[in-house]
Amino acid sequence: MASRLLKGHRFLRWVNERLPLEKAYKTHMSEYYAPRNFNFWYYFGILSMVVLFIQFVSGIWLTMQYTPDAEHAFDSIEYIMRDVSAGWFIRYMHEVGASFFFIVVYLHIFRGLLYGSYKEPRELLWLIGVAIYIVLMMEGFLGYMLPWGNMSYWGAKVVLSLIGAIPYIGESLQVWIQGDYQVSGVTLSRFFALHVTLIPILLIGLVFLHIIALHQVGSNNPEGIEIKLVKNKDGVPLDGIPFHPYYTVHDLIPIVVFLILFFGVIFYYPDGGGYFLEPPNFLPADNLSTPEHIAPVWYYTPFYAMLRAISFDFLGISAKFWGLVVMSGAIGLVAFLPWLDRSPAKSMRYKGWASRIMLALFTISFVTLGVLGAHPSDWMPFWMAPFFTLIYFAYFLGMPFYTSLENSKPVPQRISSGR
Amino acid sequence: MIDKKVNLSRRSWLIRTISALSTVGMTAWITPFVKFLAPSAKARGLGAPVEVDVSTIEEGSMKVVEWRGIPVYIIRRSRSDIASLQKYEDELKDPNSNTDQQPDYARNRTRSIKPEILVVEGVCTHLGCTPKYRSEKVDGLFTGLFCPCHGSTFDFAGRVYSNVPAPTNLRVPRHRYIDDDKLIIGSDRLVS
Repeated sequence: MASRLLKGHRFLRWVNERLPLEKAYKTHMSEYYAPRNFNFWYYFGILSMVVLFIQFVSGIWLTMQYTPDAEHAFDSIEYIMRDVSAGWFIRYMHEVGASFFFIVVYLHIFRGLLYGSYKEPRELLWLIGVAIYIVLMMEGFLGYMLPWGNMSYWGAKVVLSLIGAIPYIGESLQVWIQGDYQVSGVTLSRFFALHVTLIPILLIGLVFLHIIALHQVGSNNPEGIEIKLVKNKDGVPLDGIPFHPYYTVHDLIPIVVFLILFFGVIFYYPDGGGYFLEPPNFLPADNLSTPEHIAPVWYYTPFYAMLRAISFDFLGISAKFWGLVVMSGAIGLVAFLPWLDRSPAKSMRYKGWASRIMLALFTISFVTLGVLGAHPSDWMPFWMAPFFTLIYFAYFLGMPFYTSLENSKPVPQRISSGR
Repeated sequence: MIDKKVNLSRRSWLIRTISALSTVGMTAWITPFVKFLAPSAKARGLGAPVEVDVSTIEEGSMKVVEWRGIPVYIIRRSRSDIASLQKYEDELKDPNSNTDQQPDYARNRTRSIKPEILVVEGVCTHLGCTPKYRSEKVDGLFTGLFCPCHGSTFDFAGRVYSNVPAPTNLRVPRHRYIDDDKLIIGSDRLVS
């Protein structure tokens, strides 16, 4: 097998002696064995890589014509939209890309919950994934401020005010982060710097680690069966197939379908019906007038609804701070899943009814909180947000109990030939 | 593990089709990224032709107008300046304007539409400095256009002398007169 791959390629052989080309190709492509039973839910990892690439390229291009300055930021966006050739296309690609990034990432995370992808031996893979999600939320937040529209301004102001809720140090910390007594041009400039340098570097570094960690432990699958436990005499998992060419070719189909949807939205619904790009953001930032109805972009709304749900002081600490605790707890708890789940099975196919019902309730509550968070707080009866927040937390905090009490089915050693 | 039943011709047909379609798709996707980098509508607007009134320029003096970020010299030559143009032609590198540095209507001895008015880009063809205009002999110095950077010299028609670093005559931009006094620089067509 020695260098059959590089036969006849003198230059590549020269490189290969100095850089582990062939080794990397084998480890990550031709001899990386993925389970043979991937389904629909396994498309969203590669799709998030596609969106990351699109965001990376369109972002670089936007930087060339954007001005990170309070006086000119809004006008420079309008300039990109009207005067720069194809500027509207690249700007909308980046803006729709942000929402699609979260769509695929949420589906990717749901896949992890559905098939127990966070369980041993994939705990670190999961933790890196949670870090990517948090960094991605920061990136989205910083980026949403840059057009300096009125929703950019007030969204940033509301989120930064949350920092002010931290006892003792909060207010001075908030001023330090803003670099001014209010959100201002200074804040805009530093958010731009972070949005285009530090956070993307972190994001790409974490994605790299995510893939390396994945290839170390191997992919989970809808059955939750460890394919590495049953290997042939050459050490190849019997239920595994080489990533290349099987899954590389296989993934082309979802990528094409995804791109059709993605560009369909760019061309026909670039503002996503007011959810991807909120109407007040078509007006310049005005520090004296809050938009009529202020809500974050849709991908933050579940957490925003939880924040609003906490309206009572507790233990002598203000509701504002508890809101922050609940919101960050809701994100932070996700990282503990590998240790909260006591079930012997990974996949919902083998877990008991309690796990399935809890996942269903969790999904319903997450979506409902998302809808609530996108609407004014008096849109629905007040009890709804606290109620669904409780269910959200019950999914995590109850997990050690319902996963160890329920009856799960025995997990077979091999992926059956049917499903 | 080679399966003899693999339909290799269909496989290569599929690979070629997918590659061809991907190339079409990538080209379509890259096109806006390339267009994005070209001058924007604003830059094109700023680069539009400019109108100049030449009636205010006195004989032997020069007016400088900015067009596309470069200085354009408009010089009203005196009778003796015009007469001097044929005197030193054997010292010039390209007296007949053979090099393509001017529109066809300026490919003549005065390198202009009207003999007395020279329209020329104030950009030295050596390394882009702006040549100085010296209309009268002072202390026996050279008259014509003189580049202070590396000493290139041009005559009153912007023609380069031999033995200087500049390789070609100064560029004459496209221009036309809309009436006796009004000049458009940057376009020589009625509709631009």
